[in-house]
Amino acid sequence: MRFGVPASGPMDRKAFAIANAALGNPPGAAGIEVSRGGLTLECLEGAVTLAVAGGGFILRHGAQSFGSWHVLTLRAGQSLSVRPGPWGCWTYLCFAGQLQAPVWLGSTATHGPSGLGGGRVMPGQDLTIADARVLAREGPIPCPVWARPRAMVHAVAGPQDRFFSDETLEDFASQAFHLTDSYDRMGVRLRGPLLHPQAALSIPSEAILRGSVQVSGDGVATVLLADHQTTGGYPKIATILFDDLDGFAQLRPHDRVRFRMISAEEAVARARRGAKVVQDYLARSHVA
Amino acid sequence: MPIYRPVADHALLVDFGTTITEATHAEVLALDQALAADPCKGLRETIPAFVNLLVDFDPLLTDHAEVEAHLRGLTLRQGASAEPVLREVLITYEDAPDLQEVARRTGLSREAVIAAHLSGDYKVFLYGFSPGYAYLGGLPEPLRLDRKPSPVRGVPAGSVIIAGAQCLVTTLTMPTGWWIIGRSPTRILTGDPARPFLFDVGDRVKFRRIAGPLPGVQE
Repeated sequence: MRFGVPASGPMDRKAFAIANAALGNPPGAAGIEVSRGGLTLECLEGAVTLAVAGGGFILRHGAQSFGSWHVLTLRAGQSLSVRPGPWGCWTYLCFAGQLQAPVWLGSTATHGPSGLGGGRVMPGQDLTIADARVLAREGPIPCPVWARPRAMVHAVAGPQDRFFSDETLEDFASQAFHLTDSYDRMGVRLRGPLLHPQAALSIPSEAILRGSVQVSGDGVATVLLADHQTTGGYPKIATILFDDLDGFAQLRPHDRVRFRMISAEEAVARARRGAKVVQDYLARSHVA
Repeated sequence: MPIYRPVADHALLVDFGTTITEATHAEVLALDQALAADPCKGLRETIPAFVNLLVDFDPLLTDHAEVEAHLRGLTLRQGASAEPVLREVLITYEDAPDLQEVARRTGLSREAVIAAHLSGDYKVFLYGFSPGYAYLGGLPEPLRLDRKPSPVRGVPAGSVIIAGAQCLVTTLTMPTGWWIIGRSPTRILTGDPARPFLFDVGDRVKFRRIAGPLPGVQE
């Protein structure tokens, strides 16, 4: 980030990790993020087993239909369509093999606004999977409860909570907010009580993080997400815990969200518990 | 004394002040360098900005209190580092849609705006906003203007833009409310995997004028 590049990568990092683990892939192997726009793939040549995890999407594979959270094998002449279903915003396709994608700064992650990195998948584009394998494993992947949308997220006040009155901080912690349609990989604007900073402030630009809740001069809060700008001059009233951001990203526009404020010490303790839960799940799901 | 502010479960913001000065920025860089030389456990990344340093860490390995204690124990040597690196950026003032307006608002002639811009001794204060956006401080006083009331869309990569005391060479086609006074063929995103970004924070920058317009610049 010191060169202006956010980490980018999947909006729901846990679902992405699950899709890779279901195939026995190394963590972080390149995959495809599918938004509610959906995706259709045709297998032109060969065969490959793939895993889909994240959100409640609908898969159509030939005459068969499944929910996301499924491992299946796609063979030459077959197609797979991924369409939005009952819940969630993002789902992940990972392949038993290596999806060929450009590498920038040692990563195949894509920075959406610039197209730097692995790149967006475009209609008509051919994808190549090197060392494509067909695995014996097929069928559903268990969807853990923590992979569902998270309507209550934990946050630590600051780093500019001092610019807001006690009443405003109380509103932030106690009132419900809604996600709006101003939602992309860079961030989502919230609708709810206005959080007016006490003075018209423009702080010298400073680093911001995935999960920063920044408040513009008109009192509107925006949560910064995977492709966020790396610096900004708006005050941040609070910052959402890293562990809660995957579930937050699966909320849809107009869904409701509340913030539960916790101390920095509690936040670290939660991060450690959350990481252990995910690790235990991945260890169980890993294909031997 | 700096103020240490926890950020979520995985970062600490170290604030050295509230206004942009050379001295405050020097403190930020001194801490950044001291931490690079003697990293704390679990350190993931540091991000220097105008008046503060964000220290991002792995909460599975350390916590805010441990990182703060480590930072307090570091010895900062300001200005002890070697002479800053001087980098040259080429610029043409042809194809510069706002040069005339900048001249009008500053009361200078077109050539005087160019001379003032070339005379600047710039310093890379931080990268921000988007990949390779290096904020250069040190724009000469007479050229300091507020930004435009609303951003202009589709400003091409390689535009040299100014606002306030800052100057920037864009790396992407993006909207901007800054004033476009020139174009540069110098690539900040170098395309070289060994050194993907031209500048380090703290580098000095001089502009050198070339004849324009640049080939292939899209209006």
